[in-house]
Amino acid sequence: MPTILMPALSPTMEEGKLSKWLVKEGDTVKPGDVLAEIETDKATMEVESVDSGKVVKILIPEGTEGVKVNEPIAQVQGEGETLEAPPVAKTAPEPIEAPVVVAEKVAEAAPAQAAAPAAPSFVAAADPDLPAGVEMVEMTVRQALNEAMAEEMRRDPDIFLMGEEVAEYQGAYKISQGLLQEFGPKRVVDTPITEHGFAGLAVGAAFAGLRPIVEFMTWNFAMQAIDQIINSAAKQLYMSGGQVSAPIVFRGPNGAAARVAAQHSQDYSAWYSHIPGLYVVAPFSAADAKGLLKAAIRSNTPVAFLENEILYGSTGLVPKVDDYVLPIGKARIARQGKDVTIVSFSMGMRYATQATEKLVAAGLDVELIDLRTLRPMDTKTVIESVKKTGRLVTVEEGWPQGGIGAELAAVVTSEAFDYLDAPPTRVTGKDVPMPYAANLEKLALPSVDEVIAAVNAVTYRS
Amino acid sequence: MARKAVAKTAQSNVPELTKEQELTAYREMLLIRRFEEKAGQMYGMGLIGGFCHLYIGQEAVVTGVTMASNKGKDAQITGYRDHGHMLVMGLDPKGVMAELTGRQGGLSKGKGGSMHMFSNEHRFYGGNGIVGAQVSLGTGLAFASKYRDDGTVSISYFGDGAANQGQVYESFNMAKLWNLPAVYIVENNRYGMGTSVERASGQPNFSKRGISFGIEGEQVDGMDIRMVYDAAKRAIDHARSGKGPYILEMLTYRYRGHSMSDPAKYRTKDEVSTMRAEHDPIEQVKSRILEKRYGTEDSLKEIETEIRAIVTEAADFATSDPEPAASELWTDIYAPA
Repeated sequence: MPTILMPALSPTMEEGKLSKWLVKEGDTVKPGDVLAEIETDKATMEVESVDSGKVVKILIPEGTEGVKVNEPIAQVQGEGETLEAPPVAKTAPEPIEAPVVVAEKVAEAAPAQAAAPAAPSFVAAADPDLPAGVEMVEMTVRQALNEAMAEEMRRDPDIFLMGEEVAEYQGAYKISQGLLQEFGPKRVVDTPITEHGFAGLAVGAAFAGLRPIVEFMTWNFAMQAIDQIINSAAKQLYMSGGQVSAPIVFRGPNGAAARVAAQHSQDYSAWYSHIPGLYVVAPFSAADAKGLLKAAIRSNTPVAFLENEILYGSTGLVPKVDDYVLPIGKARIARQGKDVTIVSFSMGMRYATQATEKLVAAGLDVELIDLRTLRPMDTKTVIESVKKTGRLVTVEEGWPQGGIGAELAAVVTSEAFDYLDAPPTRVTGKDVPMPYAANLEKLALPSVDEVIAAVNAVTYRS
Repeated sequence: MARKAVAKTAQSNVPELTKEQELTAYREMLLIRRFEEKAGQMYGMGLIGGFCHLYIGQEAVVTGVTMASNKGKDAQITGYRDHGHMLVMGLDPKGVMAELTGRQGGLSKGKGGSMHMFSNEHRFYGGNGIVGAQVSLGTGLAFASKYRDDGTVSISYFGDGAANQGQVYESFNMAKLWNLPAVYIVENNRYGMGTSVERASGQPNFSKRGISFGIEGEQVDGMDIRMVYDAAKRAIDHARSGKGPYILEMLTYRYRGHSMSDPAKYRTKDEVSTMRAEHDPIEQVKSRILEKRYGTEDSLKEIETEIRAIVTEAADFATSDPEPAASELWTDIYAPA
């Protein structure tokens, strides 16, 4: 025989007032009928019947204050039921008591239950071996990105590119040059200026199994779309229990361009690297740009692919192989050394590389690491390096608080503390919105001199 | 407060459903009603946590639209008031209820909760907790239909509150621009949480919200499944035949609060009881079934009994199934390559 229990209006409610009975003993009720009204200091609620039958007994009279949640307030006798049914055993099954039982368990067993299981470690594959004597082709980062998209689009008809000015205009930064001509307007889609809408649209298309590449004219504009990137794309696999993924690449130039001031000059590396469920890639070289964009397009996990406008025209050697795909999540040791570890990525690598050249010329054996991927971050390579050098300098254009350098400093401090000979030191963009004036802009960005100064500080040279 | 669509429906023009359709509608809507009542009860007992948005009162909308669609082929997506959509689309009631209780047998392994359930197999894409986000996502599902040219359409449900979100109009624009097979269903239940349509909307007739994009719209009595079915057929045919998007504003009503912890002080009890007494979608179907002798009190009671068994089984499963293993904390973050 069903017992009506005092319901909770919210998970935090513990007791309330039974203000009014709308039925009396002997009444017949059916599902949905309002039985009573209850009240807390915040709200009132109607208690509906979920059963049909006769109200046999009202256990708590109306007007009673302080009725505990889950306390029986009435008994309803279902059709065909008899009163002999043992009310307590049948009407207070385990689940009804569950909240209480759970609470007790937590209290008793708190120490044993406290720890979450350890996070599985991410193991990235090594870079592919290149055939001996492979031809290296010099190209710009722009060409490398363009080739990566064209090659992947030839391979898989489900891949399409969408964004502002990607088709007819050939790309605001010409990354999509020629793609409309080769693949047509179905697969190279000019969008209205509606980042929020088209990012969401692309994620929906990815749910349905297509593989969109979304170009943001710059990542600054993707702030309009960040809800769809994070709440819809990044979290989808997890909150669907592994059922629905969003294989999508969001790409475009990130960080400071030149003289475009605060709203168009921001480094989002740390922002996106914060998000579980996203891969975040930020290449520096042309070869990495190509190999990692191809990997991003093939990834079934959504990828934030952070390019850099200033680097688009820089050239590098790209191996001429049929399918140059690099592993996401693997840092590249750009130079091996034993005296100090410099870690950077994307545009920061330009400052770091120039600083390294000068420092090496001055006799310091620098190890330079290009992270390439910011999530999953290859901290293993960094930790191993710091264990060897005892010193860490990080370089990034982004702001210092909660930055990539801050994360690396924390990881190295906890994982390689005994090996450190100096505090980990960050070179970052200054903690200001980007100014327009040429001199101030220069001051706001990291510089080669600042990298050298940081290295000198951690190696106690001056 | 006048409900134009209710009034404007001249009885002689009401489209009729077949016996089978009426009986299907009755069964589907009753399943939602009983399921949601049970969910409300379990929430009250502390078995369901967090937010819990019940669909009671609005059953005719998703039931009628789904009956008019190619179920399992056409994609559907909605916001957080999603339990009814899942049940009608054929997702397992046990899995839905176990997700509400956060158990391992839940549709999202207990990791999604009330607002986050999905099924690739049934082409249901959530269950989305961010108000309005499902409209852009649903437009993307329509983009995929057109890209693949597979003859499917995408049906996106959103409330009168979500209808004021900017991305809805970005999506309308693209849907019309690209002629996407998108059907937009505004479930106007009169209140965005506790704020009435009149207090939130410059243009409270949501069927007109597509006019500036050239998208046709209709206001529909969302409490009468015959009207819902008829309008949805028209909208879905329009989208499927390549004519582009279509908007249906379903005038409906939720009997319960916005969520379980709703103080419900923004509307009168009379308003709620009048809707329940005069426009209840299930009672309407029931009285037609009896009137037309498609069924008897006894045969309907049999259906009721079957439904109650399904709901009881779901509730039993959802309370006996274990919580997800601790190791599930770390799974489903990154997709397999």
